[in-house]
Amino acid sequence: MSDIKKIKDEFLNKLSADLNIESVNQIKSELFGKNGKISIFFKKLGSLPAEERKKFASDLNFIKNELQEKINKKIQEIEIKEINSKLENEKVDITLPERNIIQGKIHPVSQVIDEISSIFSEIGFSVEEGPDVENEHYNFTALNTPDNHPARDMHDTFYLDDTKELLLRTHTSPVQVRTMLKGKPPFKIIAPGRTYRSDSDQTHAPMFHQVEGLHIDKNINMGHLKGCLNYFIKSFFEVDKIKMRFRPSHFPFTEPSAEVDIGYELKDGKIVIGEGDKWLEILGCGMVHPNVLKNVKINSDKYQGYAFGIGIDRLAMLKYGINDLRAFFETDYRWLNHFGFDPLDVPSNYRGLSR
Amino acid sequence: MKFTISWLKEHLDTKFKDYQIIEKLTDVGLEVENYEKVSSDLDNFKVAKIINTEQHPNADKLKICDVDIGEQNPIKVVCGAPNAKNDLLTVYAGPGSMIPKNNMKLTVSKIRGVTSYGMLCSESELNLSDESDGIIELKLKKYSDKIGKNFFKNNSEKVIDLSITPNRPDCLGVRGVARDLAAAGIGKLKNNSNIKVKNNGSQKIKVSITKDKNQGCTIFGTCFIKDVTNKESPKWLKDKIISLGQKPISAIVDITNYVMLDLNRPLHAYDADKIDKEIIVRTSEKGETFEALDNKEYKLDNDMCVISDKSGVLGLGGIIGGTRSGTELNTKNILLESAYFLPRSIRKTSKLLNIDTDAKFRFERGIDPQSIEIGLKKAAQLITKICGGNVSNFDVQSIRKYKKNNIKFKIPLFEKIVGFKIKDKEVIKILIDLGFEVSKKKSELELKIPTWRPDITQPIDIVEEIVRIKGFNNIEILEPQKNRIKDTLNKQQKLFHFLQRSVASKGYFETVTWSFTDSKINNFFKESYKEIKIVNPISSDLDVLRNSIFPNLAFYLKKNLDRGFKDISLFEIGPTFKDNKPGEQLTVIGGMKSGKISRLNWNEENRLVDVFDAKKDTIQTLLEAGYDRQNLFVREKSPSYYHPGKSGSVYLDKDDIDPVAYFGEIHPNIIKKLDIKTEALVGFEIYLDYLKDTKLKLKDSKSKFQFSDYQKSDRDFAFVVDKNFKAQDLIEIISSIDQNLIKSVKIFDVYEGENVSKDKKSIALKVTIQSSEKTLEDSDLEKINRLIISTVEIKSGAKIRS
Repeated sequence: MSDIKKIKDEFLNKLSADLNIESVNQIKSELFGKNGKISIFFKKLGSLPAEERKKFASDLNFIKNELQEKINKKIQEIEIKEINSKLENEKVDITLPERNIIQGKIHPVSQVIDEISSIFSEIGFSVEEGPDVENEHYNFTALNTPDNHPARDMHDTFYLDDTKELLLRTHTSPVQVRTMLKGKPPFKIIAPGRTYRSDSDQTHAPMFHQVEGLHIDKNINMGHLKGCLNYFIKSFFEVDKIKMRFRPSHFPFTEPSAEVDIGYELKDGKIVIGEGDKWLEILGCGMVHPNVLKNVKINSDKYQGYAFGIGIDRLAMLKYGINDLRAFFETDYRWLNHFGFDPLDVPSNYRGLSR
Repeated sequence: MKFTISWLKEHLDTKFKDYQIIEKLTDVGLEVENYEKVSSDLDNFKVAKIINTEQHPNADKLKICDVDIGEQNPIKVVCGAPNAKNDLLTVYAGPGSMIPKNNMKLTVSKIRGVTSYGMLCSESELNLSDESDGIIELKLKKYSDKIGKNFFKNNSEKVIDLSITPNRPDCLGVRGVARDLAAAGIGKLKNNSNIKVKNNGSQKIKVSITKDKNQGCTIFGTCFIKDVTNKESPKWLKDKIISLGQKPISAIVDITNYVMLDLNRPLHAYDADKIDKEIIVRTSEKGETFEALDNKEYKLDNDMCVISDKSGVLGLGGIIGGTRSGTELNTKNILLESAYFLPRSIRKTSKLLNIDTDAKFRFERGIDPQSIEIGLKKAAQLITKICGGNVSNFDVQSIRKYKKNNIKFKIPLFEKIVGFKIKDKEVIKILIDLGFEVSKKKSELELKIPTWRPDITQPIDIVEEIVRIKGFNNIEILEPQKNRIKDTLNKQQKLFHFLQRSVASKGYFETVTWSFTDSKINNFFKESYKEIKIVNPISSDLDVLRNSIFPNLAFYLKKNLDRGFKDISLFEIGPTFKDNKPGEQLTVIGGMKSGKISRLNWNEENRLVDVFDAKKDTIQTLLEAGYDRQNLFVREKSPSYYHPGKSGSVYLDKDDIDPVAYFGEIHPNIIKKLDIKTEALVGFEIYLDYLKDTKLKLKDSKSKFQFSDYQKSDRDFAFVVDKNFKAQDLIEIISSIDQNLIKSVKIFDVYEGENVSKDKKSIALKVTIQSSEKTLEDSDLEKINRLIISTVEIKSGAKIRS
C-alpha cells in the first residue's frame, strides 16, 4: 500500500512540472504501459489473499483514476497552450480593408415611383402604363384640347412627323383615355411614366416624369380628391400634418380644375415641407371633364370622378433635397452614388417608405 | 396680365386692404405671380462707403478707391474727385446705370490702365444740383446704416402680375379682374355705362365685310375722328403704360393700348388719310404681301383675314396692323377700329406666319363680341380729351349676330360634384355678380351667359364658377376609401421592378437618360430598326428616338470615364423604340461595365471585365426572376455592336426563336469610334417583353421539394473535343443520359495547348451521381461511367483523355 502511495506522490510530482506532450506520454506508458508501474500492481491483485484484495483493489483504482485524470488534464493544458502559441503567430492586421464591396444604386426617380406606388396601393389604386409615343388624339383631342385651343400652346410638343399626328406624350393623361377605353368603370389607377416637352433650361428638362391619377365611380366628388391628395402628400413627405391649398386653375380635361400648393419654410437653406408661410405648387388636378368621359363612352350622368397629375422629379427633389433637375438625367457617377438608393431599400407600407 | 391696385380701383369700389385683394385674386383662380415695384434705372444708384483710397499710378489727379457697396467684397472704382477720402459716404453707380445728367451708360472700363467698376457721383451728375466739384458727401448719421441700399426711393406703384389661364380672356382686362373680385365679396363693380362721347355726322369711309367662305371677321366697328393733334401721352397715361413694362409711343397708340388692357378690347387706329377710298375686310389671296408694324414683310396664304383698301392689304385683322396706314405724330385724321375676329381664324393665321402679338393673344382666346361700342366710346372719349378732334357716328358692320347663350343648370349638380351645399340664394348672387342673367324654376336655373365668357358652355362650367368664387377651402377632406379593384401591379410590372433591383444589386448604378439620342451614336446600335427622327428636336445631337438603351449608356459611360472613373457599372431600364407609332416600343434593361475587377486590391488579383462577367449578370438576373437554369440556352448569335467572338444570346428554351437577352464584350470598332478610353467594356440587354411568363407561381413550385439522402459519388472526366464544339452541348449530352442519376455536371477546366492537337480542346468536368432509391454499388457506378464515355464519344466525336 505504502508502495503505491509512494508511486502516486512521485508521479503527481513529476506531472506538476512543465512538460511537453512527449514526456506526458512517456509518463503515461511508465504507469499504465504493459509493464507500467500501476499495471504491475493490477497483475499482482490475483495473488493477494481475498481479505486484502478488495481493499487493495479499491485503493489501487482510486490512485489510478487520480493519476489518469492528472495526465488528461496535463495533455489538455499542453494542447491549449500549443493552440495559443500557434494563434499568436496567425495574427493578421485586421484593420486592412475587407474584400471588395460591390454596391449598386437605384435612381431616385425609380425609388420615388416605388414610394408613390406603395402609397397609392394602400388605398386601392393599381398601376397602368401607356406608350411614350402618342398620337395627337390621345394626347390632346380626346382630353378636350382641340387643335384650335390655346391650351395646346402650354405644351411644347415634340413631333415625330410633319403632319403633327405623332408625338411624344406631353403628359401622362393619355393613359386615362387608354385605360377608360379598354375597361369599364369603376377606375382607380395611377400611371407613372416619362413625359416630354421641348423646353430645356435650369428648371425644365426635355424629358421628365409624371404620375397620373384617376378615380372614377358613381359618387366620387371633390372631397374625395382632396382627401386622396392630402393622404398622399402626408404619406409621401412622412409628416403628420401638411398645409395644403387648393387653388382654382384651368386644365381642358378637368372641370373644376385646381392647382395644389403645399406650405413650406426655409430652414438653413433647406426646404422643410409642412409648415411655414410659403407656398409651393406641386400638382394639378380636378374633376374629369364630362367631355372626356363622353370621348371614352362613359355616361357622365352616372359616373364621375377626379384626376390629377404630379411631377415626380420635383417630388424627389423636394423630399431628398436635390437642387438641380437637369442632374437627374446627366448620369454623373458621383451624383448617382450620392442620391441613389440601395436596391434592398424597397419602399413598402409595412417596412416604411424610406429609412 | 399686369396692372396696379389704383387702376383696379377705377373699376372696383373696395375698402379691402391690398394684401386681402392679392390673396383673393389667387383664391378665385387668378394666380398672382408677382407683386412688386417695376425696377427702375434709378435702382442702380447705391449708398456706398469709401474704405480705402490710393494714388492712381498713371495719373496725378485720379485715385483708386475700394468701395463698400454692401456686398461681400469691396469693389475698385477710379475716381477723380478731390474730396474722395477714406470713410466718406457717397453715391455709387454700377455698370449698366444711366447717368441722369448726360444719359451716358456706364460700363466696366479701364481708366489709364486701371479697371474701374462703375463710378462715384457728384450732385450735378444726378441732376440734384449744379455742384460738380466733388462727389456727394452723405451725412453719416442718416446714411451709415444704408450702405448698399438704393439712393433714390422708387416711387412707382407696385404692379400685380397675374397668370391668366387660357379659358379666361375676360380677365385679360382690368375690368374682368374687378368683376371676379366683386363677385367674391371684395367690393362693388363700378358702373361702366356713363362714358359720354359727342358723335357728329356719319362715318365717311365705307366699310364692308365680304361674305367669303372662310371669313375670319364677323363684326367691324369704326369711327372717324377728325382734326386730332397726336402728341406725347400725358404723364398719368405714360405711367400706366410704363408700369406694365411697355413703352409709350404716342397718345393715340397709347390710348388704344390702354383701352385694350382696361377692358380687354383690342382696337386699331389708322391714319385715315392714308386709306385708299374704303375699307374692305376680306380673305387674302395667296401671294399677297404687306409690311407690318413690326417692320417685317409678310407673304400671305389663302384665306387669311385681312383689312384692305383699294390699294391692297393694310393689316392682318386682329393680329397686326401695317406700316402703310399707321398713325404718326403728324396724323390729322384717324379711323378707329373695334372688331370681332374668330379665334380659330386668328390662331391659324398667326401660327402659319409665326406672329405673336398682344391682340392676337386676346382674339385667339375670345373677345367679348358685344364690346365693340364700349371700346370705341372709351377710346374716342380719351382721344378727344387729349388730342382734340371731332368724332363721327359709330359705324358697325356685321355678318353675324351675337346673342347671349342660354344654359339650364340644376342646382343639385353643384353638391354632387364638389361635395358640399350652399344656399340657392347664394348661388344666384354669385352668378349675377359674374354677369349672368338668372331666372329660377324650382331647383333649376335658366342662365344667360355673359358674352365675355366664351369658356362657359355647359353645366359643369357653372359648378366651377360657383365653387371658385365660394372658395375651394369649403371643400371637405374625405378620408380615402381603401377598396381595391385590381392588383397594384400586373405580372409584367412586377417583373420590371424585380429586374431593376436585381441588376442594381449586382453593383450597377441605375441611370435615367433621355428617350432620345444622337443619331450618330444611335447608328452604331440601331441594327435593322428604323431611324425615328424628331421633327423639332431641342438640339441636333438629340435628334432621334433611341433604338437601343446602349447609345446613351455608352455616351454617359464615356463621360464618366473622362471624369476619371475607370471601373463603371451602369444600367438603365426603359423604353427603346421600333417605330414612330404608339406601342411600337420595347422595355429593355441595358447594362454596361468597364475596367477591371478588384483593381487596387491588396489581397485579390485584379483582372479585366470580360464576356463571362456580362454572362453571369445576365443569367443570374434571369435566375433570380425565377427562370430555370436548366432550360436557359445560349447561342452565339448577337447584334453587330458586340464583339463577334465574345458575345451571345440567351433563350428561355432551346426551341425558342426570340432571345430574351444579349451579352458580350462591346465591339472594339465601336469603342474606338466613340473614343471610349477604357481597358475593357462589356454589356448586356434583357428584353422584358420577350420574357414569357413560363414559371410557376411560388405557391405551386414550392410544394415539390425532393431530395435524396443516399450517398453521392463524384466522377471526373476529361474529353478532347473539336475546338468549335460547345461546352453547353457537352453538358446537355451528359445530363440527358440519365436524369434520375446525374445530378450535376460541372466544367472545372478547359485546356488547349501542349498534348492536345491544334484543332481540339480538352474539357474536364465533374459529374455528380446519386440515386434517390438506393446507395449505388461500384458496379452501378462503373456502368454509368462507361455509359457517359461511350455516349459522349458517339454524340460529340470526343475522345476520353487518358
